[in-house]
Amino acid sequence: MSQRIRVQTADFDVAAEYQRLAQTSSCGAVVTFSGLVRELVDAELEALTLEHYPGMTERVLEQLVEQACKRWQLGEVTLIHRVGQLALNEQIVFVGVAAAHRKAAFAAAMFIMDFLKTQAPFWKQEHSSTGSYWVAAKATDKQAAEAWQEN
Amino acid sequence: MVKVKFFAALRERLQCAEMQIASQPDDSVAAVRARLIEQHPHWQRELLDNDVLCAKNFAFVGHQEPVRSGDELAFFPPVTGG
Repeated sequence: MSQRIRVQTADFDVAAEYQRLAQTSSCGAVVTFSGLVRELVDAELEALTLEHYPGMTERVLEQLVEQACKRWQLGEVTLIHRVGQLALNEQIVFVGVAAAHRKAAFAAAMFIMDFLKTQAPFWKQEHSSTGSYWVAAKATDKQAAEAWQEN
Repeated sequence: MVKVKFFAALRERLQCAEMQIASQPDDSVAAVRARLIEQHPHWQRELLDNDVLCAKNFAFVGHQEPVRSGDELAFFPPVTGG
């Protein structure tokens, strides 16, 4: 198993990340997920700022990937999360999992995202025509992470 | 000394990103937090908010966690990445 974890301001290239994951000859399945900046419901989004806790963020992401590797047989995992200021439609996060079979790849990608949402110290602030607001944590994200603990 | 960091909305509301506070014998997260409130009474509501999370040396901890000189504590709101 090899893993690549990055916290960066720079954008990432999904095609290049996929190519890297697809090169493991023991893996017949690659699942990738990209999270993007989307528009607001009630105001026009001008930008999104992502703050994080340098030092802790990387540690938490490493732990999430390690936990996924304990639960499923995985060939390769890539996890990239951007920080800093992002515009509408820009890429925020990438999770890519290569595994021998699809079920492990799908499950591990979802597991990593569900825990990243509730455990990794990132915070979003939305800047719109009506002001700047810190995004509130969602109960549904917490429930999604808790559901893994029951299974 | 213990280094204390605040992030995101909490950092803005307290108007403080980072500070140092003297450690004490048998110190804990709860005790450090109580001394922070003693020094800055207007921080009480923000720091006692049940949603506020705490980390020691880059790992999540509870309020009873022991704290020693040289440790880094961080208080922050629920996370919203991804």
